[in-house]
Amino acid sequence: MTVMSYLGAIGAAQREAMEADPRVVIIGEDVEANVYGTTGGSGKSRKDKGDFLEMFGTNRIRNTPISEEVIVGAAIGAAMTGLRPIVDLSYSSFLYMAMDQFVNQAAKNRYMFGGQASIPVVFRSAMFYGLNTGAHHSDRPYPMFMNVPGLKIVVPASPSDAKGLLRTAIDTDDPVLTFEACMLWGAKEEVPDEEYRIPFGAARTVRSGGDVTIVAISSAVPEAVKAAESLAEQGISVEIIDPRTLVPLDVETIIRSVQRTGRLVVADPAHRTCGAAAEISAIVAQEAFDSLRAPIIRVTTPDTQIPFSPALERQLYPNRATIADAVTRVVGEKVTVANADGSNRYISHHAPR
Amino acid sequence: MELPADTLLEMQRRMLRIRRFDERASRMVKRGQIPGTVHTSIGQEAQVVGACMALGDQDYMSGNHRSHGHPIGKGSPLGPLMAELVGKSGGVCGGKGGSLHLADFNVGSLGESGIVGSSIPIAVGAGLASKTLDNGRVALAFFGDGAANQGCLYEGMNIAGVWKLPVIFLCENNQYALSTPAHTVTSGVIADRAAGFGMPGVRVENGQDVLAVYDATKAAVDRARNGGGPSLVEVVTYRFNEHSEGLRIGTDYRDQDERANWLARDPIVLFREKLIADGVAKADEMDAMEAEVLEEVEEAVRFTDASPFPDPSVAFKDLYTEPIGARP
Repeated sequence: MTVMSYLGAIGAAQREAMEADPRVVIIGEDVEANVYGTTGGSGKSRKDKGDFLEMFGTNRIRNTPISEEVIVGAAIGAAMTGLRPIVDLSYSSFLYMAMDQFVNQAAKNRYMFGGQASIPVVFRSAMFYGLNTGAHHSDRPYPMFMNVPGLKIVVPASPSDAKGLLRTAIDTDDPVLTFEACMLWGAKEEVPDEEYRIPFGAARTVRSGGDVTIVAISSAVPEAVKAAESLAEQGISVEIIDPRTLVPLDVETIIRSVQRTGRLVVADPAHRTCGAAAEISAIVAQEAFDSLRAPIIRVTTPDTQIPFSPALERQLYPNRATIADAVTRVVGEKVTVANADGSNRYISHHAPR
Repeated sequence: MELPADTLLEMQRRMLRIRRFDERASRMVKRGQIPGTVHTSIGQEAQVVGACMALGDQDYMSGNHRSHGHPIGKGSPLGPLMAELVGKSGGVCGGKGGSLHLADFNVGSLGESGIVGSSIPIAVGAGLASKTLDNGRVALAFFGDGAANQGCLYEGMNIAGVWKLPVIFLCENNQYALSTPAHTVTSGVIADRAAGFGMPGVRVENGQDVLAVYDATKAAVDRARNGGGPSLVEVVTYRFNEHSEGLRIGTDYRDQDERANWLARDPIVLFREKLIADGVAKADEMDAMEAEVLEEVEEAVRFTDASPFPDPSVAFKDLYTEPIGARP
């Protein structure tokens, strides 16, 4: 085991995959210079951990022009003809520039062509929300892509999950989109040194409990953990489930948990309408209706754009206070949990629905 | 370029296949035997076949909505193509693609696209794989004069140029994007745009001459295969039919004299005359070839008729390489 950051774990998975299979290539903007820290060692230890460009050469580490449509399309075409590309799209908001290629080529080619194509390609992108980057860099667009059958959607919330899920993504013969929250980049934990793969469609039970189930996504996972710790002091026992992959979704684990707890809160940093939280809520309402003892509550980012000012942005995403508030509402008890900065905002109550 | 007689005859045979296949498909659309519509390559056979035959069997291509000619030109058998147009289980895509989305990976056909320009990056990617794996294959992207104004073409030309990928950008300039004359929406000459990306750009003015198309494309293919990088080839041609079969447009957007002049330059008639004049084949041999192709198309229809429609469960197959998703 080695203590790794979220980014370091991604770099480790990429390095292992590059070493294991010469068909794996990395293409994207600024990957040669390791600007985002996943194509070589980071900071002062860059050389210690191996520089990808030196290790694998320009044939397999390719800097691209700023041309998302052809980056994505060419990666699809290359995957259809023998490569296994990892595409680093840097910001998740840049995916929209290539929407046609994601929706009309990546997702549809295997299906339309009757199974002739397999498309083993991974599209990595980082969600820079919560970092005062303004509306063009703060998107959490994974629900849009959940709505496109044919894509697999991965949302790692911890370093060890980031490594194991990325390795599975690279080994998968279908197009995979991984959405990495920058708020988690610095998270550190012990990560296995050996190669390992985490299967898609297998949720992680982050914490066991009996009163309420929280399904938490991406950066909402550590916030849900903080909320659960405070609630435990008040005698409320919370179970936290991180689906880890939204397509495929581990419905069984979620349903089993709700059948025990009878209550569900879904914490999801994406927008509310037609989001991951909405889909999970609908599935549970349909399949575990008899078990529910309270309405399902979604804690999401309200349906507004992301403002620049920290004073405006900070309140918008699910945090320990808003998650804990939702829990107290489903259990019918009034307990207040403050955020780290002492704030206690319940924006999701007041946001336009 | 001097070509052996059997290659010349194969060119004519493939052009005939496209013509007779598309004529049959057109009739089937009008009789309701093909659901939806089709876009025929009638009139553009020289442009299609000249380009396809400049490729090797292992080479890749991607195409567009005017879709039947490309796989036929690359050597795909007619039966599964016709069955696909009707939506039968014996279709080349099992009935899930249809006319707009034909693909036959056995002949390097990576797929036709219903989105104008969308398949250009796919061919660029095939070129990237060929270069990275050093397997000697080249990739050709077919696109029309309409797609020549899509941004993905220029992103593709730039990246193929800077990476020196073995890609041929082949513009099928039939001069109309549906009803819109290309010159009214296209600034400058399409072939000239290659210069901006540091690659050769040639314009084949007589796209009804299969050998002219072949020569220009072959030069680009040879260059790509030898590590010289991408090229742009613009072929000027004309579609004889309407944009799509059964389409009725109130306005007469094509000049009657212009249309008559192009109809008089039928690529199949012209090449037949040349083959006979050059002593490659006699008239009765050409007649026999035409009869054989007609029979081949009828056989494709019989294949289609004999093929059952797919089981409804097929709608839920092939989305992923493993069974996931599609909850009731």
